[in-house]
Amino acid sequence: MTQLALVIDLNVCVGCHACVTSCKQWNTSGEAGYLSDDNPYGADPTGTFFNRVQTFEVGEFPKTETVHFPKSCLHCEDPPCVPVCPTGASYKRAEDGIVLVDYDKCIGCNYCAWACPYGAREIDEHQKVMKKCTLCVDRIYDQALPEAERKPACVMACPTSARLFGDVHDPESEVSRAIRDRGGYALMPEWGTQPANHYLPRRKAVAEIHPDELTRHDNPLKVDGQLPRPAPGEPALDDVTSW
Amino acid sequence: MRPAWSVILFTTLAGAGQGLFLALFAADLFARAPPDFAAAGAAVALGLLAAGLAASFFHLGHPERAWRSAAMWRTSWLSREVIVLPAFMAAVAVYGLTHALSYDRNISLLIGAAATVLCFALFVCTGMIYACLPFLQEWRTPLTVVNFIAFGCASGFTAAAALAAVRYPALAPRYALAALVLGGAAYLTRLASLARNARLRPKSTLATAIGIKHPKIVQIAQGAMGGSFNTREFFHGRPREVVRAARWAFLALVFPLPALLLAFAQNSFAALFAAFALQYAGLLAERWYFFAEAKHPQNLYYQAIA
Repeated sequence: MTQLALVIDLNVCVGCHACVTSCKQWNTSGEAGYLSDDNPYGADPTGTFFNRVQTFEVGEFPKTETVHFPKSCLHCEDPPCVPVCPTGASYKRAEDGIVLVDYDKCIGCNYCAWACPYGAREIDEHQKVMKKCTLCVDRIYDQALPEAERKPACVMACPTSARLFGDVHDPESEVSRAIRDRGGYALMPEWGTQPANHYLPRRKAVAEIHPDELTRHDNPLKVDGQLPRPAPGEPALDDVTSW
Repeated sequence: MRPAWSVILFTTLAGAGQGLFLALFAADLFARAPPDFAAAGAAVALGLLAAGLAASFFHLGHPERAWRSAAMWRTSWLSREVIVLPAFMAAVAVYGLTHALSYDRNISLLIGAAATVLCFALFVCTGMIYACLPFLQEWRTPLTVVNFIAFGCASGFTAAAALAAVRYPALAPRYALAALVLGGAAYLTRLASLARNARLRPKSTLATAIGIKHPKIVQIAQGAMGGSFNTREFFHGRPREVVRAARWAFLALVFPLPALLLAFAQNSFAALFAAFALQYAGLLAERWYFFAEAKHPQNLYYQAIA
């Protein structure tokens, strides 16, 4: 069985929000209708987004580091938002594991948003239906697009390739290998939602230098220094080097 | 969580209507109240339920699609509630009619028994809507369902006492006594849930939310310059003093003050109606606090705007 998902590498995410804008652009222009925005250039802008890049500071000054953290629907394997939906508008596709909302059936009761511990669902304040990441379901199967572009808009946009897309149930897929080899983890594992999306941890390239590595014991200069100087009058090529 | 007034009104009004029906049926079972009292009571109960139902529609973005919400009764407590509520209302209406038209007592008792089953089913559905969400730890307890049942019964019996003071005064003191007992029980279970929730430790932390093992993580930006649905729906947005005041208000209004009236003015309609009004106001505060107290784990992701 297929379970499409994103794998997000926190080690290379630079927090540029290209995935956010690309997601918004693609998903506000599709046949499912616009994504609401109010006061986009005003004092109190608000709107519906499928994807947000958040920033956290880990540690205490001066030993802090900044972590950029893209957050979207995790397409849980056991999604708590689906069984609570009274109309069946919220559903998980059997064929590829994408969790979707049928905007024509949604009554806008917010119950699924209450049931999502990640805050991945946002109501559209104008269309009054619940919206969330679709993994660009209207893009990834589009035969009119070149095969290399049949990826979610956020993945296409990421300048550092921090976002990988693929089938996490296929052990040989790029995403499965990344999770396996690079310590991919799930968010809030305590709730048993089994998110399909995974995050790759930040890695430090630490160069450990021991004091004895700062001096070279086989330094040729020192070796030279230990050689007996040629006696004056001995034949030498340049008056320095002995035979 | 942000307290949703539509839901607060629905749960309190429907709860009172359900309790009122149970009070009528109890009198029917034991004391044989006159049929016109039962019919009038059923009409009032239906009115409360209908008002609650109307309030609940304001919670929906698309009320015209509300009929769809009966679909997923296999998995969703909300869907089950949507089915049980009209069934219960229909049963109460038929129950009232059998009394108004003076049908055979056995028929109305049979219908009343069916309505009682539906009544408790509705209580359980309403409570489980909240108690079934595992990560809203404040709600994830059988006490949630128990409190919905106990407060519904208490307010319904208080309403029945007020109604009886007008229509059938002989019953008023008995209803007042029952309302006292039920109100006291509801108060105790609510205190129990308050004590339980005060000792809760959140299972989710920022470390599990973003998967970075460090005790000190601070959010710098949440990915939006202004607010979003996530900042509006999951935060009550009131200062701590308001939440605390709501707790003290409901702790005073929901039982102690009405209890004085119920205990010492068991035959006066004005006093009994005041008891119901005070208790209902307390229930509004109680339900408001019920929402405000619940801390959704998604709030971990929405702690700073920058």
